[in-house]
Parts: sequence; structure tokens; C-alpha cells
Amino acid sequence: MIDEWYPVGLFGQIENGWKTALMGEPIEVAFDPGREVKVTSEDGRTLPVCVRYGHVWSSLGKPRKDLFAIPEADQPGRRFVEVGVVRVRCSPLRAVENFLDIAHFPFVHTDILGAEPHTEVHDYKVEIRQDEVWATQVKFYQPQAAKSAAGGITTEYMYRVPAPTCSVLYKTCPPRPGEWDVIALFVQPLAEDLCDVWPWMALFDDVTPMTDLIHFQQTIFLQDRSILENQIPRLLPLDPGMEIPTRADLTSVAYRRWLKRHNYKYGAQLVAQ
Amino acid sequence: MKLYDYVLSPSCYKVRLMAALTGVKLEIRPVDFHPGAEHRSPELMALNPAGSIPILEDDDLILTESAAMLVYLAAQAGPEWLGSGTPEQTARVQQWLSFSHRLTASLGGARLHEMLLRPGDIAKLQAQGIAALRELESGLVEQGLRGMRFLASDRPTVADIACFPYVALAPDGGVPLDPYPGIRLWSRAIRGLEHFIEMPGIHRLHELKSEPDAEPGEA
Repeated sequence: MIDEWYPVGLFGQIENGWKTALMGEPIEVAFDPGREVKVTSEDGRTLPVCVRYGHVWSSLGKPRKDLFAIPEADQPGRRFVEVGVVRVRCSPLRAVENFLDIAHFPFVHTDILGAEPHTEVHDYKVEIRQDEVWATQVKFYQPQAAKSAAGGITTEYMYRVPAPTCSVLYKTCPPRPGEWDVIALFVQPLAEDLCDVWPWMALFDDVTPMTDLIHFQQTIFLQDRSILENQIPRLLPLDPGMEIPTRADLTSVAYRRWLKRHNYKYGAQLVAQ
Repeated sequence: MKLYDYVLSPSCYKVRLMAALTGVKLEIRPVDFHPGAEHRSPELMALNPAGSIPILEDDDLILTESAAMLVYLAAQAGPEWLGSGTPEQTARVQQWLSFSHRLTASLGGARLHEMLLRPGDIAKLQAQGIAALRELESGLVEQGLRGMRFLASDRPTVADIACFPYVALAPDGGVPLDPYPGIRLWSRAIRGLEHFIEMPGIHRLHELKSEPDAEPGEA
């Protein structure tokens, strides 16, 4: 678990140094004299660094592979939206799992990402592709799917979990049919029940001012925050028993099984405990 | 009327809510408060040297205090929101308008600390927030004994709108509202007002299903 890459700050906001933490260990992100980003642990260790998708990434261990790829990040014509950090008193895994859920849209993001009576989650596909969780052919009726959407549309989604605390979703792009808007949630585990969440987007939208795009995504995420802080149990159960999944929860079930197979337990609990 | 607005700011929401309740249309100018810190930009500092939002601009009137904005909207479009005008009610409205600053400083400070990582002494902010909530709770209970549901009157006034947002969002700053039944009833009454609008963290009331019809003759 310590060998994963985690987001630790916005690259654009580390000029004066950024003190934060990773899995309970205080760390500091700053530029070194040669203008290279340096991440240091409290005991003085220099930690691995990579700068990607507008964020600085680091690890307490030794990452065995590169940070996952988001090819759309290099596609010309997209606008990249750094939404900024939001702290949530919940398990980092709960933050990711909530991001993967569609069924709550009409109730939590009412009149934006969903609305009654359009509450049905149609059948969709879940599979493991190259050791990532993927959900495809997810369709949902949305009154205002994106800032660039004029009215209600049936939006198609694909979800992807490329790392235990990161999720990337692809959704119908209203101004550019045939392309996907990319919305990612990068979650920094501070403790097993506390995380900093860094949403990031790569959109085709030449019209909407940047501040409106940031506010749209902050609105959505802050609607989730109060729900996340009240979920019980606080740690994500990886074994069935504590919670009863339904068909709409296939992605969540696949995510939990995938975490368990990788023995990823930070922020998780096993029922047997 | 132009509102320099941040979607997650309870003080900005007060003004949006008051405008919605009195039917005033606002021109919204979104401010990138987080992560961009645009409220500290030269353009906004020129409008408001205090570097805070909301800012309400109407021709050559520039307001930087949300309580003044509520009063301005009410005086223009809904004078009933200012209270009945009796000395006692006028004073109660002023009392709670001034009091609302304590909610902003304590509960608002705790929320910014817990949510957007702003600096602050969290234990102290939360303790001050709890003290303010207790005061509000007893104020509401006393109003109840006078037969009134709102802070200054039996109808909502600008005082209720000034206090409501930071109270409703107290859990965002780690301060639960469970111990305050008076506040919860009051909050419900505000959320049930006609033309009420929500903000992230303050949900609308779910429509209640109609009572199942009792069979005639049943006890």
C-alpha cells in the first residue's frame, strides 16, 4: 500500500511550500534550489516525486510502476480544470466508492446529475482490464449533466479505477459527440478515516468560464461530502455481510473485490474483525 | 444588482437565498475563492478592501457586509422581512443580525478549517460555535414560549436568513446539530419556505407523501 503513488498537492500552489501528510506521516512539498519538486518526510527522507495532471504525486515506499496513464491529458483542445482540495472525514476508499455510484444521483445531486422519477440504473458491464476496474455502458438520465449541457439528456458513462485511491470517469461530452469528458478524483489518504480529495477534469468546453467549471464540480462534490462523513461503518467493508449490495452496485462490488485481491486494506475493514 | 459570489460560501448563499425568497433577480459574478483566491485579487480588493465576499453592487451602492445586503433586498422587495416595526421586534432583528457574525467567525471558521484547510485553532472555533448554537437554541425555545416560530417574529425575517446558513452547515466543521431540537425545527421551517433554494450541504426538504386515507369508522 505504501508503494502506491498518491496526490499530495496542486503543482501550481507549492511555491511557498505545502505541508501535508500521507497515511499518518507528515510530509512537505516544495521546490528545491534547482526548481525541482521535492517531497520530504518528517524524518528527512526524500520521497519519490512525479508531477502529472496538474498535481504533485508522491509515495512513502518505492512505486513499482509509473503513475497510471490518462491519455486524454495529452489530447489537444481539452481544458484542464484543477478544482482544488476538499478535506473529507471519511475513508479514502469510501470517497472513491461514492464516486463510482450512480444510484444516488437523483437524491443527492437533485436536478443536476439526476432527478426523480428517473431513478433507474440500467444494466451495465463491469470487468477487470489490465488490472484496472472498468464499468462500461452505464447510462443515466440527467437534467444538467455538465455545465455545457443545455437541458436533460441521457448521459453515458465509463468508470475506471486505475489505482486504489483514484478514479477516472468518462462521460458524454455535450458539445463534442464522439469524445468523452474526463473527470477524475484523486484521493490523498491522510489517515484511514480522513482524506484530501483533489478533483480534476479534462473537458471539451471552449465557452464556460474556468471559475464556473470549478464551481460546478465543487457543488457536486460538496453535496457528496456531508453524505460521506456520515457513512457507517467508517472504514470500507471488503467482505459482504455488513452491507447488502444491489445490482446497481456492481462497480462497487468489483472495486471491493479488487482491493481485497491486492490486499489493499488501508481505510478498509474485514467483516471477520 | 450584481453579486460577487462563491457557490460554497454560506455568506454568499444568504444573499442568494434572500433574493430568491423576495423574488429579486441577481446577476451572479462567480469568484474563484478556492483554489484561486480571487477574492484577494486587485480587482476585488479595489471593490472591497477587506478582501471578503460576498460583494453586492447596485449602481453606485457597494455593500460588503451580508447583513446589509439582506436588509437592502428586503427593503426593496419584501419589507415584511424587516419585522413589524415595533421597537421590540426591530431590536430583536438587530440583535440576531449582529449575533450572526459570531456564527460566521466560529462555525464558519471551523468549516473552512475542516473542509478547505484554512488555518485556525479548530478546538477553539468549535467550542465558540457550540456556545453560539446553545444561545440560538435557547433564543428559539423562548420564542416558542411566546408562540413564535422564528427568531424575531412569528414570520421569518432577515435575522433568520442571516443566522440559518452557518448553523445548517455546522456539521461541515465537525459540530453536530443533534443536541438542538429547537434549531432543527427552525431549520426545517426555513427549508419549507416558498421559493427556498438550497446550496451544497443544505438539502431541500423531501416532499412528504400524503397521509394514507383512514377508512371511515376506524378509530
